[in-house]
Amino acid sequence: MLKGKHLLEPTDLSLQELEDIFNLADSIIKNPKAYLDCCKGRLLATLFYEPSTRTRFSFEAAMLRLGGQVIGFSEPNSSSVSKGETISDTIRTIACYADIAVMRHPKEGAPRLASKYSNIPVINAGDGGHQHPTQTLTDLLTIRSLKQNISNHVIGICGDLKFGRTAHSLVKALSRYKSMTFIFISPPELKIPDYIIDEVKGHQLIQTSSLEEVIPQLDILYMTRIQRERFFNEEEYLRLKGYFVLDNKKLSLAKKDMIILHPLPRVDEIAKEVDTDKRAVYFKQARYGMYVRMALILKLLGDDTCVKN
Amino acid sequence: MLKINGINKGIVIDHITAGLGHKIFKELNLDKAEYTTALIKNVPSNKLGKKDLIKIDNVVDLNLDVLGLIDPNLTITIIEDEQIVDKIKLSLPKKVTGILKCKNPRCISSIEEIDDITFTLVDEKKKEYKCEYCDTRNSL
Repeated sequence: MLKGKHLLEPTDLSLQELEDIFNLADSIIKNPKAYLDCCKGRLLATLFYEPSTRTRFSFEAAMLRLGGQVIGFSEPNSSSVSKGETISDTIRTIACYADIAVMRHPKEGAPRLASKYSNIPVINAGDGGHQHPTQTLTDLLTIRSLKQNISNHVIGICGDLKFGRTAHSLVKALSRYKSMTFIFISPPELKIPDYIIDEVKGHQLIQTSSLEEVIPQLDILYMTRIQRERFFNEEEYLRLKGYFVLDNKKLSLAKKDMIILHPLPRVDEIAKEVDTDKRAVYFKQARYGMYVRMALILKLLGDDTCVKN
Repeated sequence: MLKINGINKGIVIDHITAGLGHKIFKELNLDKAEYTTALIKNVPSNKLGKKDLIKIDNVVDLNLDVLGLIDPNLTITIIEDEQIVDKIKLSLPKKVTGILKCKNPRCISSIEEIDDITFTLVDEKKKEYKCEYCDTRNSL
C-alpha cells in the first residue's frame, strides 16, 4: 500500500511496488481517458526552488490529465522562501492546502527534511546532485517497455556521473535487479561517487573514460548532460562539457537493438543527427515520464482503484 | 607525580589520547558540573607514552556516542564502593544523532539549521559516516 508514503529515493519503493506502478502506467497508456477524473478535487503543490521546465511540466501535465489541479512556485524568489522561511515551515503550510507535494531543491536532502514535517506525501523531484527518483521511474518504465524487462542488461551510463543525480538514482534502482552489468563512462574528474559504487556490489562493474571502447557491448546507453549549475568553477565546466558527444560515427559501433536514453535537456552530448535513429528513444522516454508520474500520484493518493480493470 | 584521591562512587575515563582530555571534558559539560571532577593531563602511560585522565565523583549519564567519536580508544570504568563494577571499551557507534555536522557544502544542512542529523557508520577503518540527508561520507 503506497497511500500516504513519500518518495525520496528510488529504493523507497520495493520491487513489487515499482511493478505495481508500472502496471498501472501500462493501463493508463492503453486507456488514458479512463483516468480523466481520478484526481478530481485533489491538489498537487509544486515547490520548485530551482528552475525546471521538464519535470515540473511533466508533474503538472500528469495531475491535470488525472482531473486534479496544481498550485506552487517555480522559483524561490516568488515565494516566502525569499523572506527566509525554512523548509519545515513551508511544507507544514503547504500541507494545509494541498494533498500531495513535489519538491525540487538545489541542496541535497531537502525533500527528506520536508518529509519529516509533512503529513502529505512528498515527492523528490531532484535534490542537487543527489537523487531524482521520478526520473528513475521514467527510465525504468522506458527500459521495461522497450526492452521487455529490466533485468539482464548491460547498461552504459555516460557523462557527469559525479553530480548527475539521474545517474545516481538509476544505478541505485537498477542494482536491485538481477544480472546487471554497469559500465560507467566519465572523465576522471566526474567519476561516480563511492557511495553509489557501494550500491552495485554483486553486479559486474566497469569504469572507463572511452565511450567508443565500450559502446559495442551495450544494451542500453544512458547519456547525461554536464551540468553547468553543479560547478563552482566555470573554467572547469567549460573544459569538461564537450568531453563526450554521441554522433552517428560512434553509434555505428553499437548493437542494432541498443536504446539511447537521456533525461533531457541535452546540450551537445548527443548530436542532432542521432535523433532520427530508431535507437534514440529519449523523446518517447519523456512521454513515459508523464504516464509514470500519473501512476505514482494515483498510488500515493490512494486513488489508484478509481478505474476497475 | 601529581596525586588525585580515588573516588568512592563515580566514573573514571582512562587512556584518553593526550591532548583530547580537555575536549571530552567540555563535550560532557563537566566544566559546568557542580559535582567534583578532575581532568589530569599528560599522565605517564606504559601503553600510550602519555595520556589524559578524567575522574568524576558522581554517577552521571554519559553520552557514550560522543566519547566514541572523539577517542574510540579510551576506557570507561564505573566505580561503586571503591570497587570497579564495570569497564567499558568504546568503539565507533553504528549511528549517531545530533553530534556530527555534514561537511558537504551541497547538503541541505549547510543552509538549514538541523540539530538532529543522523549519521550511519559506513567504514570503521576509515572512520567514515554517511549523512542521512545527502549520503555523503564524512571522515571524522
